[in-house]
Amino acid sequence: MNVDWPWPWLSRNVDTITEATGQHLYLALLPVLLGLVVSLLLGWAAARWSTVRAILIPLTGVLYTIPSLALITLVPLLLGTLIVDPLNVQVPLAIYTIALLVRSVTDALAAVPGDVTAAATAMGFRPLHRFVAVELPLAIPVIIAGLRVAMVSAMSLASVGALIGIGGLGGLITEGFKRNNAVEMVAAIVLIVVLALIIDALLLLVGRLITPWTKAQRQPASSGVAK
Amino acid sequence: MNATIDWLFDSAHWSGDTGIPARLLEHLGYTGLTVLVAVVIAVPLGAVVGHTGRGTFLVAGLSNGLRALPELGLLTLLVLLTYVGLLPVVISLVVLAIPPILAGTYAGIRNVDRSVVDAARGMGMRESNVLFQAELPNALPLIISGIRSATLQVIATATIAAYVSLGGLGRLVIDGHNAGAGYDGYPQMASGAIMVAVLALVVEGVLELAQRLVVSPGLRNTAARKRAARLWRKPTPELVGKSTS
Repeated sequence: MNVDWPWPWLSRNVDTITEATGQHLYLALLPVLLGLVVSLLLGWAAARWSTVRAILIPLTGVLYTIPSLALITLVPLLLGTLIVDPLNVQVPLAIYTIALLVRSVTDALAAVPGDVTAAATAMGFRPLHRFVAVELPLAIPVIIAGLRVAMVSAMSLASVGALIGIGGLGGLITEGFKRNNAVEMVAAIVLIVVLALIIDALLLLVGRLITPWTKAQRQPASSGVAK
Repeated sequence: MNATIDWLFDSAHWSGDTGIPARLLEHLGYTGLTVLVAVVIAVPLGAVVGHTGRGTFLVAGLSNGLRALPELGLLTLLVLLTYVGLLPVVISLVVLAIPPILAGTYAGIRNVDRSVVDAARGMGMRESNVLFQAELPNALPLIISGIRSATLQVIATATIAAYVSLGGLGRLVIDGHNAGAGYDGYPQMASGAIMVAVLALVVEGVLELAQRLVVSPGLRNTAARKRAARLWRKPTPELVGKSTS
Protein backbone atom coordinates (compact mmCIF):
# COMPACT_ATOMS: atom_id res chain seq x y z
CA MET A 1 0.00 0.00 0.00
CA ASN A 2 1.20 3.44 -0.87
CA VAL A 3 1.25 5.43 2.36
CA ASP A 4 0.95 9.00 1.21
CA TRP A 5 1.41 11.19 4.28
CA PRO A 6 -1.99 12.91 4.79
CA TRP A 7 -1.15 16.61 4.72
CA PRO A 8 0.77 16.85 1.42
CA TRP A 9 -1.95 14.96 -0.45
CA LEU A 10 -4.75 16.94 1.16
CA SER A 11 -3.13 20.33 0.59
CA ARG A 12 -2.38 19.48 -3.08
CA ASN A 13 -5.98 18.48 -3.66
CA VAL A 14 -8.06 21.07 -1.87
CA ASP A 15 -9.78 22.05 -5.13
CA THR A 16 -10.65 18.47 -6.04
CA ILE A 17 -12.04 17.83 -2.57
CA THR A 18 -14.08 21.04 -2.54
CA GLU A 19 -15.53 20.30 -5.96
CA ALA A 20 -16.39 16.71 -5.00
CA THR A 21 -18.03 17.94 -1.79
CA GLY A 22 -20.13 20.45 -3.70
CA GLN A 23 -21.24 17.82 -6.16
CA HIS A 24 -22.00 15.39 -3.35
CA LEU A 25 -24.29 17.91 -1.68
CA TYR A 26 -25.96 18.59 -5.05
CA LEU A 27 -26.47 14.84 -5.57
CA ALA A 28 -27.78 14.16 -2.06
CA LEU A 29 -29.64 17.21 -0.78
CA LEU A 30 -31.67 18.30 -3.82
CA PRO A 31 -33.60 15.01 -4.18
CA VAL A 32 -34.35 14.88 -0.45
CA LEU A 33 -35.84 18.38 -0.48
CA LEU A 34 -37.86 17.60 -3.60
CA GLY A 35 -38.90 14.28 -2.03
CA LEU A 36 -40.09 16.14 1.07
CA VAL A 37 -42.42 18.33 -0.99
CA VAL A 38 -43.85 15.33 -2.87
CA SER A 39 -44.26 13.41 0.40
CA LEU A 40 -46.26 16.22 1.97
CA LEU A 41 -48.68 16.15 -0.96
CA LEU A 42 -48.92 12.36 -1.04
CA GLY A 43 -49.13 12.12 2.75
CA TRP A 44 -51.96 14.63 2.77
CA ALA A 45 -53.82 12.62 0.14
CA ALA A 46 -53.16 9.37 2.00
CA ALA A 47 -54.39 10.78 5.32
CA ARG A 48 -57.55 12.02 3.59
CA TRP A 49 -58.48 9.09 1.37
CA SER A 50 -58.02 5.55 2.67
CA THR A 51 -57.88 4.17 -0.90
CA VAL A 52 -54.81 6.29 -1.65
CA ARG A 53 -53.28 5.10 1.59
CA ALA A 54 -54.01 1.45 0.79
CA ILE A 55 -52.14 1.78 -2.53
CA LEU A 56 -49.36 4.13 -1.47
CA ILE A 57 -48.07 2.47 1.70
CA PRO A 58 -47.38 -1.01 0.19
CA LEU A 59 -45.99 0.60 -3.00
CA THR A 60 -43.49 2.73 -1.08
CA GLY A 61 -42.53 -0.36 0.93
CA VAL A 62 -41.67 -2.20 -2.30
CA LEU A 63 -39.68 0.75 -3.68
CA TYR A 64 -37.75 1.09 -0.44
CA THR A 65 -36.79 -2.60 -0.65
CA ILE A 66 -35.01 -2.22 -4.02
CA PRO A 67 -31.22 -1.91 -3.43
CA SER A 68 -29.62 1.41 -4.31
CA LEU A 69 -27.16 0.20 -6.96
CA ALA A 70 -30.00 -1.65 -8.72
CA LEU A 71 -32.26 1.41 -8.77
CA ILE A 72 -29.42 3.70 -9.89
CA THR A 73 -28.57 1.32 -12.72
CA LEU A 74 -32.19 0.98 -13.84
CA VAL A 75 -32.97 4.71 -14.14
CA PRO A 76 -31.43 4.99 -17.64
CA LEU A 77 -33.58 2.03 -18.75
CA LEU A 78 -36.75 3.60 -17.36
CA LEU A 79 -36.16 7.30 -18.08
CA GLY A 80 -33.75 7.13 -21.02
CA THR A 81 -31.06 9.19 -19.27
CA LEU A 82 -27.37 8.81 -20.12
CA ILE A 83 -25.40 6.51 -17.85
CA VAL A 84 -23.40 9.38 -16.29
CA ASP A 85 -26.40 11.66 -15.70
CA PRO A 86 -26.61 12.91 -12.06
CA LEU A 87 -30.35 12.19 -12.31
CA ASN A 88 -29.53 8.47 -12.11
CA VAL A 89 -28.54 9.04 -8.49
CA GLN A 90 -31.01 11.82 -7.70
CA VAL A 91 -34.15 9.99 -8.86
CA PRO A 92 -33.50 6.93 -6.63
CA LEU A 93 -32.65 9.16 -3.65
CA ALA A 94 -35.89 11.09 -4.17
CA ILE A 95 -37.76 7.77 -4.36
CA TYR A 96 -36.20 6.54 -1.10
CA THR A 97 -37.03 9.85 0.59
CA ILE A 98 -40.63 9.66 -0.56
CA ALA A 99 -40.87 6.00 0.49
CA LEU A 100 -39.63 6.91 3.96
CA LEU A 101 -41.50 10.17 4.45
CA VAL A 102 -44.95 9.34 3.03
CA ARG A 103 -45.38 6.93 5.92
CA SER A 104 -44.18 9.46 8.51
CA VAL A 105 -46.37 12.24 7.10
CA THR A 106 -49.44 10.01 6.91
CA ASP A 107 -48.98 8.72 10.45
CA ALA A 108 -48.23 12.19 11.81
CA LEU A 109 -51.32 13.71 10.18
CA ALA A 110 -53.47 10.80 11.35
CA ALA A 111 -52.20 11.38 14.91
CA VAL A 112 -53.45 14.99 15.04
CA PRO A 113 -56.18 14.86 17.73
CA GLY A 114 -59.72 14.92 16.34
CA ASP A 115 -60.86 17.68 18.73
CA VAL A 116 -58.07 19.95 17.46
CA THR A 117 -59.20 19.65 13.84
CA ALA A 118 -62.81 19.94 14.94
CA ALA A 119 -62.00 23.13 16.87
CA ALA A 120 -60.19 24.56 13.84
CA THR A 121 -63.14 23.73 11.60
CA ALA A 122 -65.51 25.35 14.09
CA MET A 123 -63.33 28.47 14.07
CA GLY A 124 -63.96 28.71 10.34
CA PHE A 125 -60.78 27.20 8.83
CA ARG A 126 -61.28 25.89 5.29
CA PRO A 127 -59.73 22.42 4.70
CA LEU A 128 -56.61 23.73 2.89
CA HIS A 129 -56.02 26.52 5.40
CA ARG A 130 -56.56 24.10 8.27
CA PHE A 131 -54.04 21.68 6.77
CA VAL A 132 -51.36 24.36 6.40
CA ALA A 133 -52.02 26.26 9.64
CA VAL A 134 -53.05 23.51 12.08
CA GLU A 135 -52.40 19.93 11.01
CA LEU A 136 -49.04 20.38 9.28
CA PRO A 137 -47.38 22.30 12.16
CA LEU A 138 -48.55 19.65 14.64
CA ALA A 139 -47.04 16.96 12.40
CA ILE A 140 -43.65 18.69 12.14
CA PRO A 141 -41.79 16.78 14.91
CA VAL A 142 -42.56 13.40 13.31
CA ILE A 143 -41.80 14.72 9.81
CA ILE A 144 -38.46 16.15 10.95
CA ALA A 145 -37.55 12.81 12.54
CA GLY A 146 -38.20 11.07 9.20
CA LEU A 147 -36.40 13.80 7.27
CA ARG A 148 -33.28 13.39 9.42
CA VAL A 149 -33.12 9.67 8.61
CA ALA A 150 -33.72 10.39 4.90
CA MET A 151 -31.06 13.10 4.79
CA VAL A 152 -28.34 11.09 6.56
CA SER A 153 -29.06 7.98 4.45
CA ALA A 154 -28.96 10.08 1.26
CA MET A 155 -25.53 11.51 2.16
CA SER A 156 -24.21 7.97 2.51
CA LEU A 157 -26.10 6.45 -0.46
CA ALA A 158 -25.07 9.19 -2.90
CA SER A 159 -21.57 7.67 -2.87
CA VAL A 160 -22.86 4.46 -4.51
CA GLY A 161 -23.27 6.37 -7.78
CA ALA A 162 -19.47 6.42 -8.07
CA LEU A 163 -19.63 2.73 -9.07
CA ILE A 164 -21.15 3.74 -12.40
CA GLY A 165 -19.07 6.90 -12.69
CA ILE A 166 -21.28 9.53 -11.07
CA GLY A 167 -18.89 11.49 -8.88
CA GLY A 168 -19.31 13.33 -5.62
CA LEU A 169 -17.29 12.21 -2.63
CA GLY A 170 -17.95 8.60 -3.67
CA GLY A 171 -15.77 9.37 -6.71
CA LEU A 172 -12.84 10.04 -4.37
CA ILE A 173 -13.48 6.69 -2.66
CA THR A 174 -13.34 4.70 -5.92
CA GLU A 175 -10.41 6.77 -7.24
CA GLY A 176 -8.49 6.24 -3.99
CA PHE A 177 -9.21 2.51 -4.20
CA LYS A 178 -7.88 2.32 -7.77
CA ARG A 179 -4.76 4.34 -6.90
CA ASN A 180 -4.07 2.59 -3.58
CA ASN A 181 -4.51 5.93 -1.84
CA ALA A 182 -6.04 5.28 1.58
CA VAL A 183 -5.69 8.95 2.52
CA GLU A 184 -8.04 10.00 -0.28
CA MET A 185 -10.57 7.34 0.75
CA VAL A 186 -10.46 8.23 4.44
CA ALA A 187 -10.79 11.94 3.61
CA ALA A 188 -13.95 11.23 1.57
CA ILE A 189 -15.45 8.93 4.21
CA VAL A 190 -14.77 11.39 7.03
CA LEU A 191 -16.24 14.26 5.00
CA ILE A 192 -19.41 12.29 4.25
CA VAL A 193 -19.90 11.32 7.90
CA VAL A 194 -19.10 14.78 9.28
CA LEU A 195 -21.33 16.57 6.74
CA ALA A 196 -24.15 14.11 7.47
CA LEU A 197 -23.85 14.74 11.20
CA ILE A 198 -23.79 18.53 10.69
CA ILE A 199 -26.88 18.42 8.49
CA ASP A 200 -28.56 16.15 11.05
CA ALA A 201 -27.82 18.59 13.87
CA LEU A 202 -29.06 21.52 11.76
CA LEU A 203 -32.34 19.73 11.04
CA LEU A 204 -32.80 18.98 14.73
CA LEU A 205 -32.20 22.65 15.52
CA VAL A 206 -34.54 23.93 12.80
CA GLY A 207 -37.19 21.48 13.96
CA ARG A 208 -36.98 22.84 17.51
CA LEU A 209 -36.99 26.47 16.39
CA ILE A 210 -40.14 26.11 14.27
CA THR A 211 -42.02 24.14 16.92
CA PRO A 212 -41.49 26.25 20.07
CA TRP A 213 -44.56 24.71 21.73
CA THR A 214 -42.81 21.33 22.01
CA LYS A 215 -40.21 22.84 24.35
CA ALA A 216 -42.42 22.34 27.39
CA GLN A 217 -42.87 18.66 26.52
CA ARG A 218 -39.12 18.17 26.14
CA GLN A 219 -38.32 19.37 29.68
CA PRO A 220 -41.27 18.30 31.77
CA ALA A 221 -39.48 18.19 35.14
CA SER A 222 -37.44 21.38 35.03
CA SER A 223 -40.20 23.91 34.57
CA GLY A 224 -43.54 24.47 36.25
CA VAL A 225 -43.41 21.66 38.78
CA ALA A 226 -41.11 23.27 41.39
CA LYS A 227 -43.14 26.45 41.51
CA MET B 1 -35.22 -2.08 -23.07
CA ASN B 2 -35.32 -4.84 -25.71
CA ALA B 3 -31.56 -5.35 -25.55
CA THR B 4 -31.83 -5.81 -21.78
CA ILE B 5 -34.65 -8.33 -22.10
CA ASP B 6 -32.65 -10.22 -24.75
CA TRP B 7 -29.60 -10.28 -22.48
CA LEU B 8 -31.56 -11.34 -19.42
CA PHE B 9 -33.34 -14.24 -21.13
CA ASP B 10 -30.41 -15.43 -23.24
CA SER B 11 -29.89 -19.04 -22.15
CA ALA B 12 -26.11 -18.62 -22.45
CA HIS B 13 -26.25 -16.28 -19.47
CA TRP B 14 -28.03 -18.82 -17.29
CA SER B 15 -25.36 -21.52 -17.07
CA GLY B 16 -21.79 -22.03 -15.95
CA ASP B 17 -19.62 -20.47 -13.24
CA THR B 18 -20.36 -16.92 -14.34
CA GLY B 19 -24.04 -17.46 -15.18
CA ILE B 20 -26.89 -15.74 -13.37
CA PRO B 21 -27.75 -18.76 -11.12
CA ALA B 22 -24.12 -19.03 -9.97
CA ARG B 23 -23.98 -15.30 -9.21
CA LEU B 24 -27.30 -15.53 -7.39
CA LEU B 25 -25.98 -18.36 -5.19
CA GLU B 26 -22.81 -16.37 -4.43
CA HIS B 27 -24.93 -13.37 -3.49
CA LEU B 28 -27.13 -15.48 -1.21
CA GLY B 29 -24.01 -17.09 0.27
CA TYR B 30 -22.45 -13.75 1.26
CA THR B 31 -25.79 -12.57 2.63
CA GLY B 32 -26.50 -15.74 4.61
CA LEU B 33 -23.00 -15.89 6.11
CA THR B 34 -23.07 -12.21 7.07
CA VAL B 35 -26.52 -12.26 8.63
CA LEU B 36 -25.69 -15.44 10.55
CA VAL B 37 -22.55 -13.90 12.06
CA ALA B 38 -24.39 -10.63 12.81
CA VAL B 39 -27.25 -12.49 14.54
CA VAL B 40 -24.81 -14.49 16.66
CA ILE B 41 -23.19 -11.24 17.81
CA ALA B 42 -26.11 -8.82 17.99
CA VAL B 43 -29.01 -10.88 19.42
CA PRO B 44 -27.23 -11.93 22.65
CA LEU B 45 -25.77 -8.44 23.06
CA GLY B 46 -29.15 -6.76 22.49
CA ALA B 47 -30.86 -9.24 24.82
CA VAL B 48 -28.39 -8.58 27.64
CA VAL B 49 -28.55 -4.80 27.20
CA GLY B 50 -32.36 -4.91 27.01
CA HIS B 51 -32.67 -7.19 30.03
CA THR B 52 -30.24 -5.37 32.32
CA GLY B 53 -30.72 -1.85 30.94
CA ARG B 54 -26.94 -1.40 30.99
CA GLY B 55 -25.22 -0.10 27.87
CA THR B 56 -28.29 1.54 26.32
CA PHE B 57 -26.09 4.38 25.02
CA LEU B 58 -24.13 1.78 23.04
CA VAL B 59 -27.24 0.64 21.16
CA ALA B 60 -28.47 4.17 20.44
CA GLY B 61 -25.02 5.42 19.41
CA LEU B 62 -24.31 2.49 17.11
CA SER B 63 -27.62 2.55 15.29
CA ASN B 64 -27.56 6.32 14.73
CA GLY B 65 -23.87 6.79 14.07
CA LEU B 66 -23.45 3.99 11.56
CA ARG B 67 -26.23 5.22 9.30
CA ALA B 68 -24.01 8.06 8.08
CA LEU B 69 -21.08 5.75 7.29
CA PRO B 70 -20.91 5.18 3.51
CA GLU B 71 -20.99 1.43 2.90
CA LEU B 72 -18.94 1.76 -0.27
CA GLY B 73 -16.16 3.54 1.65
CA LEU B 74 -16.08 1.08 4.55
CA LEU B 75 -15.93 -1.96 2.28
CA THR B 76 -13.34 -0.67 -0.19
CA LEU B 77 -11.12 0.81 2.53
CA LEU B 78 -11.10 -2.42 4.53
CA VAL B 79 -10.14 -4.39 1.41
CA LEU B 80 -7.42 -1.88 0.53
CA LEU B 81 -5.96 -1.99 4.05
CA THR B 82 -6.04 -5.82 4.28
CA TYR B 83 -6.36 -7.99 1.19
CA VAL B 84 -8.80 -8.90 -1.58
CA GLY B 85 -10.92 -11.72 -0.27
CA LEU B 86 -14.10 -12.87 1.41
CA LEU B 87 -13.06 -12.04 5.00
CA PRO B 88 -12.72 -8.23 4.77
CA VAL B 89 -15.95 -8.05 2.76
CA VAL B 90 -17.89 -10.17 5.26
CA ILE B 91 -16.47 -8.14 8.17
CA SER B 92 -17.63 -4.85 6.69
CA LEU B 93 -21.04 -6.35 5.85
CA VAL B 94 -21.36 -7.64 9.43
CA VAL B 95 -20.57 -4.15 10.75
CA LEU B 96 -23.53 -2.84 8.72
CA ALA B 97 -25.85 -5.70 9.71
CA ILE B 98 -25.30 -5.46 13.47
CA PRO B 99 -27.05 -2.13 14.27
CA PRO B 100 -30.56 -3.01 13.00
CA ILE B 101 -30.50 -6.43 14.73
CA LEU B 102 -29.08 -4.95 17.94
CA ALA B 103 -31.67 -2.15 17.97
CA GLY B 104 -34.52 -4.57 17.16
CA THR B 105 -33.54 -7.01 19.92
CA TYR B 106 -33.03 -4.24 22.46
CA ALA B 107 -36.33 -2.53 21.62
CA GLY B 108 -38.13 -5.89 21.58
CA ILE B 109 -36.97 -6.80 25.08
CA ARG B 110 -37.58 -3.29 26.46
CA ASN B 111 -41.09 -3.19 25.02
CA VAL B 112 -42.21 -6.39 26.72
CA ASP B 113 -45.06 -5.57 29.06
CA ARG B 114 -43.52 -5.02 32.54
CA SER B 115 -46.36 -6.92 34.17
CA VAL B 116 -45.42 -10.00 32.11
CA VAL B 117 -41.83 -9.78 33.38
CA ASP B 118 -43.02 -9.22 36.96
CA ALA B 119 -45.37 -12.19 36.70
CA ALA B 120 -42.50 -14.35 35.42
CA ARG B 121 -40.35 -13.30 38.38
CA GLY B 122 -43.26 -13.75 40.75
CA MET B 123 -43.67 -17.32 39.56
CA GLY B 124 -40.13 -17.95 40.79
CA MET B 125 -38.30 -17.92 37.45
CA ARG B 126 -34.57 -17.33 37.51
CA GLU B 127 -33.26 -14.28 35.63
CA SER B 128 -32.12 -16.51 32.74
CA ASN B 129 -35.58 -18.09 32.53
CA VAL B 130 -37.23 -14.68 32.59
CA LEU B 131 -35.07 -13.74 29.61
CA PHE B 132 -35.45 -16.96 27.63
CA GLN B 133 -39.05 -17.93 28.43
CA ALA B 134 -40.78 -14.58 28.91
CA GLU B 135 -38.84 -11.73 27.32
CA LEU B 136 -37.33 -13.30 24.18
CA PRO B 137 -40.55 -14.97 22.89
CA ASN B 138 -42.40 -11.68 23.39
CA ALA B 139 -39.60 -9.73 21.70
CA LEU B 140 -39.52 -12.04 18.66
CA PRO B 141 -41.54 -9.84 16.29
CA LEU B 142 -39.14 -6.91 16.71
CA ILE B 143 -36.05 -9.13 16.64
CA ILE B 144 -37.18 -10.58 13.32
CA SER B 145 -37.95 -7.10 11.95
CA GLY B 146 -34.38 -6.15 12.81
CA ILE B 147 -33.04 -9.24 11.04
CA ARG B 148 -35.23 -8.44 8.03
CA SER B 149 -33.92 -4.91 7.59
CA ALA B 150 -30.35 -6.12 8.18
CA THR B 151 -30.78 -8.82 5.51
CA LEU B 152 -32.08 -6.34 2.95
CA GLN B 153 -29.25 -3.95 3.68
CA VAL B 154 -26.73 -6.76 3.27
CA ILE B 155 -28.27 -7.84 -0.05
CA ALA B 156 -27.95 -4.26 -1.26
CA THR B 157 -24.40 -3.80 -0.04
CA ALA B 158 -23.20 -7.24 -1.18
CA THR B 159 -23.73 -5.89 -4.71
CA ILE B 160 -20.79 -3.58 -4.05
CA ALA B 161 -18.59 -6.61 -3.24
CA ALA B 162 -18.19 -7.11 -6.99
CA TYR B 163 -16.30 -3.84 -7.13
CA VAL B 164 -13.55 -5.35 -4.96
CA SER B 165 -13.33 -8.39 -7.26
CA LEU B 166 -15.73 -10.73 -5.47
CA GLY B 167 -18.69 -12.51 -7.09
CA GLY B 168 -22.40 -12.02 -6.59
CA LEU B 169 -24.96 -10.33 -8.81
CA GLY B 170 -23.07 -7.04 -8.60
CA ARG B 171 -20.55 -8.68 -10.98
CA LEU B 172 -23.01 -8.18 -13.85
CA VAL B 173 -23.37 -4.48 -13.10
CA ILE B 174 -19.65 -3.85 -12.60
CA ASP B 175 -18.52 -5.98 -15.56
CA GLY B 176 -21.09 -4.35 -17.81
CA HIS B 177 -19.88 -0.94 -16.72
CA ASN B 178 -16.22 -1.85 -17.30
CA ALA B 179 -16.88 -3.42 -20.70
CA GLY B 180 -14.45 -2.18 -23.32
CA ALA B 181 -15.22 0.10 -26.25
CA GLY B 182 -17.31 -1.42 -29.02
CA TYR B 183 -19.43 -3.48 -26.63
CA ASP B 184 -22.58 -2.05 -25.10
CA GLY B 185 -22.38 -3.21 -21.50
CA TYR B 186 -25.64 -1.63 -20.42
CA PRO B 187 -27.97 -4.60 -21.08
CA GLN B 188 -25.75 -6.68 -18.81
CA MET B 189 -25.75 -3.96 -16.13
CA ALA B 190 -29.53 -3.57 -16.25
CA SER B 191 -30.01 -7.36 -16.12
CA GLY B 192 -27.86 -7.51 -13.00
CA ALA B 193 -29.83 -4.65 -11.46
CA ILE B 194 -33.14 -6.35 -12.23
CA MET B 195 -31.93 -9.60 -10.65
CA VAL B 196 -30.75 -7.78 -7.50
CA ALA B 197 -34.10 -6.01 -7.20
CA VAL B 198 -36.02 -9.27 -7.71
CA LEU B 199 -33.80 -11.03 -5.15
CA ALA B 200 -34.42 -8.30 -2.57
CA LEU B 201 -38.19 -8.36 -3.10
CA VAL B 202 -38.39 -12.18 -2.96
CA VAL B 203 -36.25 -12.37 0.19
CA GLU B 204 -38.38 -9.66 1.81
CA GLY B 205 -41.52 -11.65 1.00
CA VAL B 206 -40.06 -14.92 2.32
CA LEU B 207 -38.90 -13.26 5.55
CA GLU B 208 -42.30 -11.69 6.07
CA LEU B 209 -43.87 -15.13 5.70
CA ALA B 210 -41.29 -16.65 8.07
CA GLN B 211 -42.06 -13.94 10.60
CA ARG B 212 -45.75 -14.90 10.56
CA LEU B 213 -44.93 -18.58 11.02
CA VAL B 214 -42.38 -18.14 13.80
CA VAL B 215 -44.10 -15.55 15.96
CA SER B 216 -46.33 -16.93 18.71
CA PRO B 217 -50.06 -16.82 17.83
CA GLY B 218 -50.69 -14.80 20.98
CA LEU B 219 -48.56 -11.97 19.61
CA ARG B 220 -49.91 -12.06 16.09
CA ASN B 221 -52.23 -9.28 14.99
CA THR B 222 -51.75 -7.06 18.00
CA ALA B 223 -54.33 -4.57 16.74
CA ALA B 224 -57.13 -7.12 16.93
CA ARG B 225 -55.92 -8.24 20.33
CA LYS B 226 -55.90 -4.70 21.72
CA ARG B 227 -59.37 -4.07 20.33
CA ALA B 228 -60.60 -7.27 21.98
CA ALA B 229 -59.00 -6.29 25.28
CA ARG B 230 -60.63 -2.85 25.16
CA LEU B 231 -64.05 -4.29 24.45
CA TRP B 232 -63.65 -6.78 27.24
CA ARG B 233 -62.78 -4.09 29.80
CA LYS B 234 -65.53 -1.60 29.13
CA PRO B 235 -68.38 -2.67 26.87
CA THR B 236 -69.24 -0.02 24.32
CA PRO B 237 -72.80 1.29 24.08
CA GLU B 238 -73.33 -0.44 20.71
CA LEU B 239 -72.44 -3.81 22.20
CA VAL B 240 -74.63 -3.28 25.25
CA GLY B 241 -77.47 -2.31 22.97
CA LYS B 242 -76.99 -5.41 20.86
CA SER B 243 -76.97 -7.77 23.83
CA THR B 244 -80.17 -6.36 25.34
CA SER B 245 -82.22 -6.23 22.16
